[in-house]
Amino acid sequence: MPKVEINSKVCKACELCILNCPKGVLALGKESNPSGYHYVTVVNQDACIACKMCAIACPDAAIEIYK
Amino acid sequence: MERKFMKGCEAVAEAAVRAGCRFFAGYPITPQNEVPEYFARRLPEVGGQFVQGESEVASINMVMGAASAGVKAMTSSSSPGVSLKAEGVSQAANGSLPLVVANFMRGGPGGGSIQPAQSDYWQATKAMGNGGYKLIVVSPGTLQEAVDLTYKAFELAERDRNPVMILADGCIGAMMEPVTLPEMKSDEQLEKEKQARKNWLVNGFKHREIGPVNIDLWGGRTSMLAMEAIAAGEKPGPRGLEESNRVSGELYERWAKEDTMVELYKMEDAEYVITGYGTAGRVAKSAVDALRAEGVKVGLIRPIIVFPFPYDAYKALDPKKIKFILDVEMAIPGQMVEDVKFAIQDRIPIHQFGRSGGNIVGREEIIAAFKAL
Amino acid sequence: MEKVYSVPSTKHEVVGGFCPGCLHGVVVKLVCEVQEELGILDRTVCVVGVGCCCITARHWKCDVMNAPHGRAPAVATGLKRMAPKDTVVYTYQGDGDLAAIGLSEIMYAANRGENFTVIFVNNSTYGMTGGQMAPTTLVGMKATTAPFGRKAEDVGYPLHMCEILNQLGAPTYLARVSCDSSPNVIKTKAAIKKAFQNQIDGKGFSLVEIMSACPTNWGLSPLDSIKFMREKTMVEFPLGVYRDR
Repeated sequence: MPKVEINSKVCKACELCILNCPKGVLALGKESNPSGYHYVTVVNQDACIACKMCAIACPDAAIEIYK
Repeated sequence: MERKFMKGCEAVAEAAVRAGCRFFAGYPITPQNEVPEYFARRLPEVGGQFVQGESEVASINMVMGAASAGVKAMTSSSSPGVSLKAEGVSQAANGSLPLVVANFMRGGPGGGSIQPAQSDYWQATKAMGNGGYKLIVVSPGTLQEAVDLTYKAFELAERDRNPVMILADGCIGAMMEPVTLPEMKSDEQLEKEKQARKNWLVNGFKHREIGPVNIDLWGGRTSMLAMEAIAAGEKPGPRGLEESNRVSGELYERWAKEDTMVELYKMEDAEYVITGYGTAGRVAKSAVDALRAEGVKVGLIRPIIVFPFPYDAYKALDPKKIKFILDVEMAIPGQMVEDVKFAIQDRIPIHQFGRSGGNIVGREEIIAAFKAL
Repeated sequence: MEKVYSVPSTKHEVVGGFCPGCLHGVVVKLVCEVQEELGILDRTVCVVGVGCCCITARHWKCDVMNAPHGRAPAVATGLKRMAPKDTVVYTYQGDGDLAAIGLSEIMYAANRGENFTVIFVNNSTYGMTGGQMAPTTLVGMKATTAPFGRKAEDVGYPLHMCEILNQLGAPTYLARVSCDSSPNVIKTKAAIKKAFQNQIDGKGFSLVEIMSACPTNWGLSPLDSIKFMREKTMVEFPLGVYRDR
């Protein structure tokens, strides 16, 4: 089963990953990182198809994908 | 040693090639067009490259690029063009890149005239660009000096990893004289020299012993020092712009102690002093000879390196012996005279005679100015 | 489990840096991926311009040199010509750097067909200095120095660099791409890779113009700025390969 790994330290909560995810796997979280951003979290891992669209779109290189 | 009858611009260019210069970028401007023209045909013969830049600004930046690749590189221009180069020279001074800039001065301010002048002394020695950096400024009075100082300029640039300026004037560029050319550095010698500096080149880190480097806006000279320290297995010192400027300041102080160059001519028994540099200094020398023939005890102080300025040569003058100093320049108002005043203060009267607007100072008018005092 | 997407090892991890939603980050990541895939990190030099593009200096693991504002193509000319033959040189410039103060340098480097790669990020504004009008600001688009919007009758029209450079004889590859969506990011990477491969193959001047967003100075959220790109800037600046030979 695919797995999305988010480097919360560098995430800036721009939501481009959420925009580019076709399956609604990601959402902004409630926790904030040391920089003060409510970093993105995985809310629906089961729906992930490892299409990598989120990681490709991420400007902060915060996402890695396992399959 | 090869002796040749050469034009000033070409002699400077040939001396540069013999010193190992393998890259030249420049833009046409009178009165130094023979420099790029000479390099354009000469550099391909020795495996170098010539680029006619789209501007003075682009040219100096190309030279910076070549210097960071470890190649001895040079650009040349005349007064208004040198103003444009100031941006790149400032950046090169911050990035600690060795390169040579020649200025065959013409009349100013602005576009001024295309005839010879010495009106860029302040620009060259005080503040060529922003940021408060300094260059060693060599200023030849003869073509032999132009050749020797050009050769030396490349060595000084390499030694200090700092730009060096050749401050010549339109006369030096245009006149012809017999010169003894220095020996051509062999490719093997140049390669050996390049290997010695390989650890501060920015041409891909596989060519160095140490990892990637960032010649950045804020690290400046200390980026280079850090690279050297790492290569030597030491811990790099603190980085940052302030540290970089402090290190540069120490370098300029060393120059003042070690790198001044001045000609003292018939000064032993002198009661009067004429002083000038470059072409004005050369003409002043002939005026000194003429006055000596009339029995006047006059001597000459001719700075050959104008920055660091040879303050000590003036400080050593005895106020009891010297009646006055006449400063001669092709600039109105006089520029170098301010440094002379700084050295002398009120101890000896200082007078100034200058020509400007493209007029070359003449021997007879120096003598007349002298006698009028 | 197999890792199917990883952050390139050729990039430094940077906390902070660009604003949220700034697509410079995507471009930097792509260039680093290309360096990794081509195995050229240790023989590559980045000449960065001035503006937000110099923030990238913290990201690169290759050698970096800062050029004065707009002069990166001139510095790269001297560097590429005199560096060891296998050295890969690229400039990384924004639209103020490349299309305003550095217009002369980029035109002539392109016209000489210099064998290096240009990564040109077009976000229609001066980002670092605070949203002043850029050569690429759209007509009617507000900027801090065009508070009532860019007036064509006063300051003319946006400069289309790919089209302008396409008038020259020497360039090898000119492409305009965008990072507004993941499929476009994939195309952008292919263009960047081609631009580097051209250099390695000695083919000459390659420039990739990458459409980007500046949420901060556009005064939009990252998502709205993507919408603005698709509706406005990407219409003014059509994507496509303008030259490939």
